[in-house]
Amino acid sequence: MSEAAAGPVQVRATVLTLRRVDAYHALTLVAPAIATRFRPGQFVTVAVGGPETSMLGRRAFVVHDVRPDHGGTVEFVFEALGPGTRWLAALRARDTLDAVGPLGRPFPVPKNPSRCLLLGVGYGSAPLFALAAKLAERGCDVDFVLGAQSADRVFGALTARRSGRSATITTIDGSLGARGPVTAMLEQVIREARTEVIYASAPVPVLRDVTALAARYAIPVQASVDVPMACGIGVCMGCVLPVTGTDGITRIVRACVDGPIFRADLVRWDDVGTIPFDALGAPGWKPKAEGHLHAG
Amino acid sequence: MPADMRARLGPLELPNPVLAAAGCAGAGRELAQFIDVARVGAIISKSIMTEPRTGNPAPRLVETPSGLLNSVGLQGPGIDAFLQRDLPWLLSHGARVVVSIAGQTVREYGVLAARLSDAAGVSAVEINLSCPNAEDAGRLFALDPATAGSVVAAVRASLRYDIPAFAKLSPDVTDIVAVAGACVAAGAAGLSLINVVLGMAIDPATMRPALAGAYGGLSGPAVRPVAVRCVWQVAEAFPDVPIIGTGGVRTGRDALELLLAGASLVGVGTAIMHDPSACWRVVRELEEELAAIGADQVADVIGQAHGGHGRAARGLARRS
Repeated sequence: MSEAAAGPVQVRATVLTLRRVDAYHALTLVAPAIATRFRPGQFVTVAVGGPETSMLGRRAFVVHDVRPDHGGTVEFVFEALGPGTRWLAALRARDTLDAVGPLGRPFPVPKNPSRCLLLGVGYGSAPLFALAAKLAERGCDVDFVLGAQSADRVFGALTARRSGRSATITTIDGSLGARGPVTAMLEQVIREARTEVIYASAPVPVLRDVTALAARYAIPVQASVDVPMACGIGVCMGCVLPVTGTDGITRIVRACVDGPIFRADLVRWDDVGTIPFDALGAPGWKPKAEGHLHAG
Repeated sequence: MPADMRARLGPLELPNPVLAAAGCAGAGRELAQFIDVARVGAIISKSIMTEPRTGNPAPRLVETPSGLLNSVGLQGPGIDAFLQRDLPWLLSHGARVVVSIAGQTVREYGVLAARLSDAAGVSAVEINLSCPNAEDAGRLFALDPATAGSVVAAVRASLRYDIPAFAKLSPDVTDIVAVAGACVAAGAAGLSLINVVLGMAIDPATMRPALAGAYGGLSGPAVRPVAVRCVWQVAEAFPDVPIIGTGGVRTGRDALELLLAGASLVGVGTAIMHDPSACWRVVRELEEELAAIGADQVADVIGQAHGGHGRAARGLARRS
């Protein structure tokens, strides 16, 4: 099947390492079939709790990095907040996991060398470093803007400083970099870096603010949305949000297959979590042309 | 020797009795990334309605112990897009397709049945009766024997004679045998049970319902005993009516349990969320389970839990 050739695979992956990174955990899996197919921005899902688990939803994580060692490894970053992620945090090297990936649409990259701003909040910055490497290969300048609640929740500050042309850090409590939300520094960086493209991976309210600010400078934004997913492959219909197509019609789309990377100006950020009245198929919505169902 | 896995769906012979349950296989393409859709007994489409539909706001899903609670609200592309895009794709990939239909009025079910009669390659229709009846203050069609029967009759009146119609029943009724009887009397070739069990979760942190739709449908291994009970009761009352047993099947052992209760086909649903290759895995595990108990064919175990009554006795007689 041609569809399957480039698509995701389901593998039993072996845990190579699990390490603490400040407030987070980074899990590295040996998964050559996923690693070789991966493009920055894509995610993996894993089953948690073992074979008799009572946790039926898969856990989805944006991939932080892939490396060629052991045939191909895949790393993702998570915070142990619930029973599923706590189970993951208790894994050890050589344990195995049911993993599916790579899933979702990757970050599109500019054809010509461009000045790119990469914005991440918390461990949402995880997918930006593989993207930065790909952008650098294409001769793009990369400026990072990373933010979080506190210093231990800024993910990848060191890598950003090493690999970016500039790296601006903000924390709400002021424990690292400038005090305040990540958006407070954004306008200044856009001006100084003469940004042409923004890539953002952050909670929905931040993505909304970034999109609004970028619109004032006519800068396109590619946003990685973080919405809860149960299957990651497009069957559960849980991870939906309203997105306007290039045809002007708003549809309720699945973040797992139509995203997680979206053109930010097409996402109806204020309507996330709702069904806008004008969305295709919304209650009261009528098709423009009279269908044959109405003909009789 | 491996057991003969062949199974019957109306006039059609299936390679095995394992079906992807409605609403859990997407449009088929999603699963085809992980399994060969032609090797599953059949794919039951997500419930198709007359028009495109957005479904409900998020959050639509919440995980509960051994269950998923959902309030998706039948989001779907509508019958036109299904016939133009999804059905041809499934058929071109060798899948046998059962089309699940959902309506807001009795008439809409008939309209959908008529549209499917004109389409080639529909193996069967599954009538999703767990939909709010717009003409009865949103009461589910499945709750009342007479209403359920009227939907089946409307479908049967518009559906091509050689396409069997299975009525999918809700477990949230006082007497599922009465609803089953009304559907059979109205012309259902078989029954599909069970649909989700209504449930609810409240988030103590927000003190609000966890689902945007307040309550929703519970599925997954948590509901399997309810499915086994419903299949057993209905099979006891109607031993000659084919049953698609669905509800919390995760393993081949779980599928065997529903066959023993009296189902002749088994749906795999929520397990797909957890394991995208669940349908094919269940086929292989069921084959092993049958071999382990020395069954030569699937028919040998169907209804065996009924203690020598009905089909079970006839199945054994066929062996000897």
